[in-house]
Amino acid sequence: MSTTTLPGRTGPVERTVLRLRHGVRALHPLLGPVATTAKYASLVVACAAAIIPLVTVFMAAFKTKEEFATTDPLTPPTTWTNLDNFVTAFTQGGMVQGFVNTSIILVVALVGTIVIGTMTAYAVDRFDFRGRRLVMGAFLLATLVPAVTTQVATFQVVNGLGLFNTRWAAIVLFTGTDIISIYIFLQFMRGISRSLDEAAMLDGANRLTIYARIIFPLLRPAIATVVIVKGIAIYNEYYIPFLYMPSRDLGVVSTSLFRFMGPFGAQWEIISAGAVLVIVPTLVAFLLLQRQIYSGLTSGATK
Amino acid sequence: MSTVSSPVRGAAVRTTATPPPAPRRRGPGRGWRVTPWLFLAAPLGLLVLFTYVPVANMVWYSFTSWNGMAPVKEPVGLENYQRIFTDPDMFSVFLVSLYYLAGAFLQLGLALYFATILSFRTRARNFFKGIIFFPYLINGVAIGLVFLFFLRPGGTLDALLALVGVAEPPQWLGNPDLANVSLASTSVWRYMGLNFVLFLGAIQSIPHELYEAADLDGATSWQKFRYIIAPGIKQVIGLTTILAISGSLAVFEIPWIMTGGANGTTTFVIQTVQQAFEFKKFGLASAMAVVLLLIVLLITWIQRRIFPDEKVDLT
Repeated sequence: MSTTTLPGRTGPVERTVLRLRHGVRALHPLLGPVATTAKYASLVVACAAAIIPLVTVFMAAFKTKEEFATTDPLTPPTTWTNLDNFVTAFTQGGMVQGFVNTSIILVVALVGTIVIGTMTAYAVDRFDFRGRRLVMGAFLLATLVPAVTTQVATFQVVNGLGLFNTRWAAIVLFTGTDIISIYIFLQFMRGISRSLDEAAMLDGANRLTIYARIIFPLLRPAIATVVIVKGIAIYNEYYIPFLYMPSRDLGVVSTSLFRFMGPFGAQWEIISAGAVLVIVPTLVAFLLLQRQIYSGLTSGATK
Repeated sequence: MSTVSSPVRGAAVRTTATPPPAPRRRGPGRGWRVTPWLFLAAPLGLLVLFTYVPVANMVWYSFTSWNGMAPVKEPVGLENYQRIFTDPDMFSVFLVSLYYLAGAFLQLGLALYFATILSFRTRARNFFKGIIFFPYLINGVAIGLVFLFFLRPGGTLDALLALVGVAEPPQWLGNPDLANVSLASTSVWRYMGLNFVLFLGAIQSIPHELYEAADLDGATSWQKFRYIIAPGIKQVIGLTTILAISGSLAVFEIPWIMTGGANGTTTFVIQTVQQAFEFKKFGLASAMAVVLLLIVLLITWIQRRIFPDEKVDLT
């Protein structure tokens, strides 16, 4: 198509350009395989870059101390059944405690987030009241405030409430500052027909019943999305437990793993085992819930 | 079950209930005005307590020399702000952000490239998609440790380089000239997958007929990218660019976990945390947090001006 746009008057430059373009055209069937090869090559490189750092840690986790000291990181372990490092990581590294604390926080904070989020979405979407725009604006504005910046002052609030060094600090912060979930619920609720509410209201149901019996069950897909997205975020969170729960007994997965760096100093085979213990649940969740994770992240990130 | 039967019953109730509406109205009417606030009480309480109160307090602290414990908060005017912008030790942390900013653009470029090629017909597409995306899901501390292992002297990277004949690799984290590059690269490894999946989702939501029409016209892959994909995902690119920029200013986890801020890798947030919780300078730390907040708000405002949201959800 481009050749036709050139005017009839062909100078030397134009002629070269024309010839070059013809050349490229003629090459096109040949370029196809080259481009395809380049494409797959780049994909293989990307996968290697993603996998190699993880695989070498995985291999190191099965090596004995002597083996680790004498072999290259790229050498696989002689046996894949040496679980000593994992046992050490679990027992001495406090990973049991970490998983217990993370699970408690995860469950309570998820329940809290769902209740808070669905209630907010219900109130904002199904009621017409004075101050509604103001409420929406307040939530919207809060999305702009990055949580890392405000921790200096949030710390004083949490401390003032007597929650410092308790699991409640993390639970309350995960529950109370999650505006993305509210948006996910709100978006979903807009798709639920209001005629259901109205019919129930004429049946004599009050608002609480409508929320609990009609809206809440219909929000199940949105709840699933929030559980997945938020669950991963809580499992991975380091900053909040690090700041608010310094006590050793209150270590979560992240902070317990972080503490590996001290006592196990140069014992990389044990540190590796700890990292593998933390990564494996994520891998399992990903393999089981791939599609929901992709769509959840997309709906969460675009608000 | 009740939902099935209710429309019919509802209709019946409506016809019979119309005559006496006036006396009954007042009761529920008044209740209605309060009901939304009953639902909103807890969410708004938490929002105010954990977002707005801290922001307000932070602004207040930033004009004082408070140490976080003393009952009195001595006002010092603009001293804290002055220090942030004049003290070279304070100011240099902004320069560290530039490494992450450069990393963020590399990350967006890579994400766009892989999203584009995977949006065309590709063998084992889901396999590649999963592997490129998975790092994003991994726990940040685990990533920090994985890359400490990867980059340490005699670690995986050195072993790989030895395979291609590099005998004396540099100290990836020990050398101050390289440490930030290594950390920013780790950050790219961690976050690229998210951008990639967002781009891929946006590309796949472009109507398929456009590609088919382009195929009929004999368009090349580049032309399809230039005239169909790029305009189609402008919005997402704008959003992620802004998130990348504000993210590069708020970097904390990776340098904190991997180097603890040593070797010139202290970022703005690490500095803030250290000032507040190690040196007990809450006034100064608050001023730093206010500066960061203002920068992020400014960037967001610019983004809203450049890429006005097509589907505004203010209601």
